[in-house]
Amino acid sequence: MRDGFWGLALVLCASAMAMKVHAVIETYEFTSPALEQRYHQLSQELRCPKCQNQNIADSNAPIARDLRVVLVEQLEAGQSDEEILAFMVARYGEFVRYRPTVDRNTALLWWAPGLLVGAGFVALALHFIGRRRMPAPALSDSEAAQIKALMAEKDP
Amino acid sequence: MIPELGHLSLIIAFVLAVGLTVVPFWGTVRGSAAAMNLAPSLSIGILVFTATAFGLLAVSFLQDDFSVAVVAANSNSLLPPIFKFSALWGNHEGSLLLWVLILSSWMTAVAFLSRGLPLVMIARVLSVMGLIAVGFLAFSLLTSNPFERLLPNTPLDGSDLNPLLQDPGLIIHPPLLYMGYVGLSVPFAFAIAALIGGRLDASWARWSRPWTNVAWGFLTLGIMLGSWWAYYELGWGGWWFWDPVENASFMPWLMGTALVHSLAVTEKRGVFRSWTVLLAIFAFSLSLLGTFLVRSGVLTSVHAFAADPERGLFILVFLALVVGGSLLLYALRAPAVASRVAYEVVSRESLLMVNNLIFTVAATIVLLGTLFPLVMDALSLGKYSVGPPYFNAVFVPLMALLMPFMTFGPLARWRQDSPRRWLHELLVPAVAVAVLAPLLSVLLFDFNLWVALAFLLSGWVTLGVLKEAWHRLTVGAPGSLQWRRLSPSFLGMALAHMGFAAVVLGAVVVSQHSEEQDLRMAPGDSAELGGYRFEMTRISQQPGPNYVADQAAFLVTRGGERIATLTPEKRRYLASNQVMTEAAIDAGLLRDLYIALGEPIGEQAWAVRLQFKPMVRWLWIGAFFIGIGALVTVLDRRYRSQTVSGEVAGSVKGQGLGFAS
Amino acid sequence: MQARRFIPLLGFALLSLLLFRGLSLDPTALPAARLGQAFPEFAKPELRSGESIGVIDLKTRPALVNVWATWCYSCRIEHPYLLELAGAGVPIYGLNYKDDEAKARAWLAQLGDPYQLNIVDVEGTVGLDLGVYGAPETYVIDGDGTIVHRHVGILDKSTFHADFLTWFPSFGAPEASLTTRGSVAK
Repeated sequence: MRDGFWGLALVLCASAMAMKVHAVIETYEFTSPALEQRYHQLSQELRCPKCQNQNIADSNAPIARDLRVVLVEQLEAGQSDEEILAFMVARYGEFVRYRPTVDRNTALLWWAPGLLVGAGFVALALHFIGRRRMPAPALSDSEAAQIKALMAEKDP
Repeated sequence: MIPELGHLSLIIAFVLAVGLTVVPFWGTVRGSAAAMNLAPSLSIGILVFTATAFGLLAVSFLQDDFSVAVVAANSNSLLPPIFKFSALWGNHEGSLLLWVLILSSWMTAVAFLSRGLPLVMIARVLSVMGLIAVGFLAFSLLTSNPFERLLPNTPLDGSDLNPLLQDPGLIIHPPLLYMGYVGLSVPFAFAIAALIGGRLDASWARWSRPWTNVAWGFLTLGIMLGSWWAYYELGWGGWWFWDPVENASFMPWLMGTALVHSLAVTEKRGVFRSWTVLLAIFAFSLSLLGTFLVRSGVLTSVHAFAADPERGLFILVFLALVVGGSLLLYALRAPAVASRVAYEVVSRESLLMVNNLIFTVAATIVLLGTLFPLVMDALSLGKYSVGPPYFNAVFVPLMALLMPFMTFGPLARWRQDSPRRWLHELLVPAVAVAVLAPLLSVLLFDFNLWVALAFLLSGWVTLGVLKEAWHRLTVGAPGSLQWRRLSPSFLGMALAHMGFAAVVLGAVVVSQHSEEQDLRMAPGDSAELGGYRFEMTRISQQPGPNYVADQAAFLVTRGGERIATLTPEKRRYLASNQVMTEAAIDAGLLRDLYIALGEPIGEQAWAVRLQFKPMVRWLWIGAFFIGIGALVTVLDRRYRSQTVSGEVAGSVKGQGLGFAS
Repeated sequence: MQARRFIPLLGFALLSLLLFRGLSLDPTALPAARLGQAFPEFAKPELRSGESIGVIDLKTRPALVNVWATWCYSCRIEHPYLLELAGAGVPIYGLNYKDDEAKARAWLAQLGDPYQLNIVDVEGTVGLDLGVYGAPETYVIDGDGTIVHRHVGILDKSTFHADFLTWFPSFGAPEASLTTRGSVAK
């Protein structure tokens, strides 16, 4: 299942070490728990530029490790989340953000859920309003006579 | 010799599938009962030969026949036998064979458990399933032959199964998932048969329901297993990543949920006919789309099989023909006249309409998010990524929107109901839940608004179900409990709805309150997390059947009292030299304690991740109940009766060439 | 037969077109984010001389900037072709990425040195500013130091001829130009 991943890894930058396939557990010292919290959140929002769909928190790739180090440095240096993301995007493109930025291109993506649900409810409402306006089909004279006859039949 | 026999079996199965597609269908056109009656026999034939091919491939794996390419690529002589067997479906070619095996099983089941159905209907349904079998068998034989041989340069040993796949969870996950994916072809086939026959009344819905529920139930269990596996195997404590391959299984599930409910409405009330047909087509189309996404290389994923655009093209053409053909058929044959059976704004139909809407929108949103990077790339607008932050942000509110409607669903009456009655039924208990919810949030953890909300919504959903259960138990015969009125159909629904409530609760609690710490620990060190104390006691070497491991032992205590001893490992698999973390988990209903080893630091210390995951089991227990609930509904007496009842409300045409029995 | 019944079919047709297009795209290919921008400023030692160099030293004519390292197996595979290009007069600057200086010098001494200048980027900071995510990568910069192209992976003859000739037109047929230049140089 992971053949494609191994092929890519080997071609780009093979190392003699055994390939690791797991979550990365590193120990960083943070000056405050708030920074550590932001580190966890941002490292899950940033995508590893090289890997097959992993964030930098979970990837073993060297570039992911480098980006984690950069992230820690920037957080400790007092950069805001937006500044850090802008830093990464300037170098690696929008690709590296798992939460797509809200711009002209992604407008559809962000608006679609609300629009679809809204449109759905509107359609539902119109459906019921339409029903209300449509009168129930009336019985024709022959049908009315038929029913009368049947009813008379039933009660002796 | 064995692989060649397997190959031959597959070819015979293909020929039979062509026969199944053509002959019974021709029979329906010409009115030939003989031709139509061939359908069940052809189905069995396909099953027999596919099973034979599967069995022979399994023999090749178990006998370490490395002259067979897939065995060489995915197995190894040191591999434990059970994994040699499961390696069969841990790769593209073998998993396709599993797909076809499961399809032929469903086909045969439909052929033999549908005695009450008109012969024309059965012939059409099996024909459609035969067509799908033709597509997949052709795909296998032409582009992904599992019986390819490596002669004369046969390797001495295999490349080994990826260590991640050497796990019991991964053994059952694909078969369960495929039971679901493939099973959705049954309502699809019924829908197509109904469209062809021009008879879109309640009968086709009634016939499809049990099949759909079982397929959807298995799909639920398969997804649940995948999530659970990812949690205990991958070492980071996550359980859903919105990866394209995960989404490929989730989209049919979402559409399937809408289908399961819509079928109920069409069966009982004869309304939603077009919706239900369309949902049946969509659900299976999403299954096929999932097959395409996973095997074509169009999207990047850690789960994907090796990408091959040539194979992708084959699947795409097949997809275009099957889905395009069915949607064309729908456009031409869907009922032009809406059924005249009216329902009010406040009614069960209305609530289920909202359900249809929300789940269809949810499936569309997941599809949009998954394909968005591809759209942007195709339009040369740049490379974008869409990941968990996006999906969580849009999906969670949708589910939250659904839940109030779900509360009233089980209670609501068909056709016409009144808000006043709902208020009367539920006001007092609903207020009680509304008060309890924040209290629970405070008592169990620190107060959190989202958790309180989750307790509230889940509480209400459970309340609605319990209220209706109470009704059924007590109405009409005061003083005694009428257990018989809790039919399997109702019980299944109750289990599934409460399971859903549990999943939502578990998901919110674990996202909001889980704690983790990454730190350096050596024997003798200890750390505090979530009120528990973790002390590393020793580090040792442990050999395994096909690996060597570094194992750390941890003593976990709480308030001085011993809770557990956990032994996470770092394994190196001998054949492939791959290194893997095996996390240690102390599972509990209210919390999981999770320890994973990272890298060694220096001589004696290791980087360790400690995690406290409250109520994470509720996710999988809840999902399990959803799946079981779906399976329970099928035990209902009405599905075990053989007779076709008379004309149901909403039907338009006559019986045609039907065989009543 | 209502028109709106055709909407799902239409939607699916569009989806199929998208997926068909997707089959010929590579989802892993990542264009350089710095494309069209100036090569980032830096001040690093040069590998052979030890002197500090900066962007200014790269800004003379269209050139390649090759990201390489001794730990990178693919770089070794690519190396002979780089020597060939250098021999044919293509200016190549090297970015020695997260490597050991002594090992790098020994490597070049053993295998040949195609580089005009080699930037020593032990920490990988220049690479980070560029948007490098793995070796080997090759950037093309024009005379003003603007990044105009990036190739990720091994640079070989077919790639060069397919993508790079826009900036190095006279190297369309390296063998032919060698002969011509050889005879002119006499």
